[in-house]
Amino acid sequence: MNNIEQTPLIEVKNLKKYFTKKGSTLHAVDDINLTIAKGTTLGVVGESGCGKSTLGRTILRLLKPTDGQVLFEGQDITKVSESQMRKYRQSMQIIFQDPYSSLNPRKSVADIIATPLIVNHMCKGKVEVQKRVKELMDTVGLASRLYNAYPHELDGGRRQRICIARALAINPKFIVCDEPVSALDVSIQAQILNLLMDLQEEMGLTYMFITHDLSVVKHISTEIMVMYMGHCVEKAPAKELFENPQHPYTKALLSSIPIPDISMRNKKIQAIRGEVTSPINPVPGCRFAPRCDFCREDCVGSTIPLTEVSENHFVSCRMMEK
Amino acid sequence: MSEKLLEIKDLKVQYKSGDTPVCAVNGVNLTLEKGETLGLVGETGAGKTTTALAILRLLPERTGSIESGSITFDGKNLLEMPEEEMRTMIRGEKISMIFQDPMTSLNPVMTVGEQIAEVISYHSDSKEGEDFSVDKRVDEVLEMVGIPATRKDEYPHQFSGGMKQRVVIAMALSCQPELLIADEPTTALDVTIQAQVLSMMSDLRDKLGTAMIMITHDLGIVANVCDKVAIMYAGKIIESGTLEDIFVNENHHPYTVGLFGAIPNLKVETKRLSPIDGLMPDPSALPTGCYFHERCPHCMDICKKTYPDVYTEGSHSIACHLFSKNDPKEETNE
Repeated sequence: MNNIEQTPLIEVKNLKKYFTKKGSTLHAVDDINLTIAKGTTLGVVGESGCGKSTLGRTILRLLKPTDGQVLFEGQDITKVSESQMRKYRQSMQIIFQDPYSSLNPRKSVADIIATPLIVNHMCKGKVEVQKRVKELMDTVGLASRLYNAYPHELDGGRRQRICIARALAINPKFIVCDEPVSALDVSIQAQILNLLMDLQEEMGLTYMFITHDLSVVKHISTEIMVMYMGHCVEKAPAKELFENPQHPYTKALLSSIPIPDISMRNKKIQAIRGEVTSPINPVPGCRFAPRCDFCREDCVGSTIPLTEVSENHFVSCRMMEK
Repeated sequence: MSEKLLEIKDLKVQYKSGDTPVCAVNGVNLTLEKGETLGLVGETGAGKTTTALAILRLLPERTGSIESGSITFDGKNLLEMPEEEMRTMIRGEKISMIFQDPMTSLNPVMTVGEQIAEVISYHSDSKEGEDFSVDKRVDEVLEMVGIPATRKDEYPHQFSGGMKQRVVIAMALSCQPELLIADEPTTALDVTIQAQVLSMMSDLRDKLGTAMIMITHDLGIVANVCDKVAIMYAGKIIESGTLEDIFVNENHHPYTVGLFGAIPNLKVETKRLSPIDGLMPDPSALPTGCYFHERCPHCMDICKKTYPDVYTEGSHSIACHLFSKNDPKEETNE
């Protein structure tokens, strides 16, 4: 665990992303701090609209942050120029949620995988590109007969494999996986999860794994961050978070998952009341307060810092403060 | 044994598409008793939704057709019922359905109250007396699903996803149907909202005594909500039984084993998932023999030739040649 502190590949400091519209401000990502060590996976969980995708995109600078820093190997990439940024983009890739809409339907599998190679001048000459594409297809488990196939001929699982091959093409160090298995059936989902984990082992990749599925995140992550309306409410090593959740929202989230085990049946599903409130012009303080059973007066009004309750386990809740 | 509510026998449904028919449902047998909840589990394209649509006879008229079989509901064969009777007596009144996506199953230009009232007034004249007021009933059903009746004049876009699904459920339950078919009712919702909707549905089911067919791919939901389970693969039911049969019993169809192996478990640490290799067969070109044989780790010669019989032990049925060994008599019959 100690080497985590030594070599963070990604370090995010006070990252904010606000969207303004007609005088109101939507706080999509609000003051997020995180570090991801080389070769590990940070799982980001939260419900739709909590800002997890925006966070992923802001880290890759696909969205310009409102405030804060993103350090990639110690270099702040929020400040560098676009041309310098291209260099960093070679080490950072993203896999999107929906393999049906993230592939150009008019390009063949080979074209899609070759594009990043050509754009980044990774290969000299057509023959080398061809060789590399075949190599990549082999890595992700796509049969070479599909070389000239088009995305519409393939099922969701194979399409997601193309997306992975495309992301791997330029030997990235860091990949943001934005719900890569949500659109897939369970049996296919397991195939893709295994592939991602194998690749991580072989190539020492670092992932930020965004998902709403808690069982998936537990399976793949080293560390997990739980987000609620742009805030990080709890952050802990994967095992610790599931064994010892502290924040009321994390607890509620964990007890909401239906578990495929009938011995748990008599335990009624614990549903939290209410729904996610609006992230537009929020008041400072805990954003979960309106739905929380333990809400106190001082929960709203001032920012609640992350408290370290045990080693590497951070919670943002008034109840945890001493 | 309580009364049989629904019995499906050897149901076959095909869709027309080009020259070759797409065999979506290939001989499904199901029974459901009054007040019981059946979980219909399977992956995309297994024929779960097609089976549900066939029960309500809502298959697309030009392309979908029921090739054979019977669907008996409350003693009547639904497949022989005139369309008029189907519309006035069955759909919405005796059997209703909740669709997967609440965002698209509500009419965006009608208020929520109007949409619920439409169902009630269409079905009410035949059974209620004069003191029955549609308005009052709308308020009642909205309150029943936890939406304040004051919101009935709002339009669907003013509701969140979870609230919309509640409206859809209110509509489906407004005439107190005997059977509710819920087609992945929570797939489009977040986990916390899913938990709210599921616990509300279970409560209402217990209160109203409605039988339910819960179509889902989530075995967690099945374990929490259902009494019986049927697992579908390529238009066939490959295993069925009570919850205990499926979740506790040791004998399983290889596909069921694969399905469980593919879900990351929250309780047990696993290093690797064990997914099922390959894909579901193309329903327009089904393999010979058992439809699962190409992906099955226990595939034998007989699996490639003949579709297995259903082997039953108590309430637990499995359609797999592996289990014929235990019962050689049945094999010789085949």
